[in-house]
Amino acid sequence: MTLTETNIEKHLIPVLKTVSDPEIPVLTVLDLGVIREAVEEDNIVKIKLTPTYSGCPAMDVIADDLTAAFAKIGKKVSVELVLSPAWSTDWISEDGLLKMEEYGIARPLSETHDKDVLLGEKKLVKCPQCASTNTHLVSQFGSTACKALFKCDDCHEPFDYFKCLK
Amino acid sequence: MSSTLKDSRLLENYILTIADNSFILAQRLGELCGHGPNLETDIALTNISLDLLGQTRSYYQYAAKLAGDGKTEDDIAFLRIEREYKNCLLVEQPNTHFGYVIGRQFLFDVYHFMLLEKLQNSEDETLAAIAKKSIKEVSYHKRFSGDWIKRLGDGTEESNQKMQEAIKDLWRFTDELFYMTDAENAMVEEGIGIDISAFKESYYSQVSEILKEATLAVPENKYFNKGGKEGVHTEHMGYILADLQYMQRTYPNMQW
Repeated sequence: MTLTETNIEKHLIPVLKTVSDPEIPVLTVLDLGVIREAVEEDNIVKIKLTPTYSGCPAMDVIADDLTAAFAKIGKKVSVELVLSPAWSTDWISEDGLLKMEEYGIARPLSETHDKDVLLGEKKLVKCPQCASTNTHLVSQFGSTACKALFKCDDCHEPFDYFKCLK
Repeated sequence: MSSTLKDSRLLENYILTIADNSFILAQRLGELCGHGPNLETDIALTNISLDLLGQTRSYYQYAAKLAGDGKTEDDIAFLRIEREYKNCLLVEQPNTHFGYVIGRQFLFDVYHFMLLEKLQNSEDETLAAIAKKSIKEVSYHKRFSGDWIKRLGDGTEESNQKMQEAIKDLWRFTDELFYMTDAENAMVEEGIGIDISAFKESYYSQVSEILKEATLAVPENKYFNKGGKEGVHTEHMGYILADLQYMQRTYPNMQW
């Protein structure tokens, strides 16, 4: 799958980098790939934001945080939610995936592998603590809709797995 | 009435036919928050509720835009009377026991997935976008409820009997899923709406296959209830709305 084009003006990037996902604070909105457009016109920053999941409560918080972040440098923000094209876990940056793993959340597998592990047919999810793939699914839904709950059978730690969304 | 205005009313109605199902089911599942049979299913069911509520918001925002007059998604959600809700009877059925929760979810998810599959190709761009977004979430719902059907059906004697009871009881609401309202027929002609009656057969064969796998008998009803899609609901609907609307009715325009 190709990464859909984003249109983000370079001078806005430093501010965007300061806004993170409220649920996974190590990920910035840029790592997450939810900013589809950020352009400045007449001192107003126009941002197009795409939700990860339809009902994700983090989206409202992110919109508020963006407004607050740009207010610090005296800029107004208008945020528009766009649904199409739909967000995919492929849009999370490689850097974001690494940070996510360090934070203790296993990264999304490919679509086929994701199905296998969520049906409990294969052991492929790597434990973010000890890197073992001897893990099993505890629940298809975890602390948030985007994650599933797993447990490592080697180090016995429970952990979140970020589900593949395509 | 100009034809465009009439069309936009029909489209608005059509959107509600789809959205109200998600809305009322989200409310039903929300009732289980903190009351699920165990932590994992509690979290799963409320996550599904949240997905459905998010989808509902996208649909209602669109319907509110079409309605004009400064209407908002909240007006649509909280300030309609019972007869104006277009959801099918299935989704308003109570959480009698876990078998009913799973049975209702399963019977709806299989339908919902098929609908969204088609709606992705709607000539209406907004509806197509909402469908493309939602179907990813609904594929998880369907997997969850399908797994539980098998687990309970093919579980203990008691779980089998309870699951069977729920399926038998809820089956009479399945035919209505494929009932076409005037708004739906009109929107099919426009290339916007989906001819749901076309996938009725594949719905029943898919559902039956999973039920058989779960060692459950496929009911053979001759009688089916309908009315919800025309605004004629079962007695449960009033209680749902009382719970859902009392805040806005008591303190109009209140904000959280």
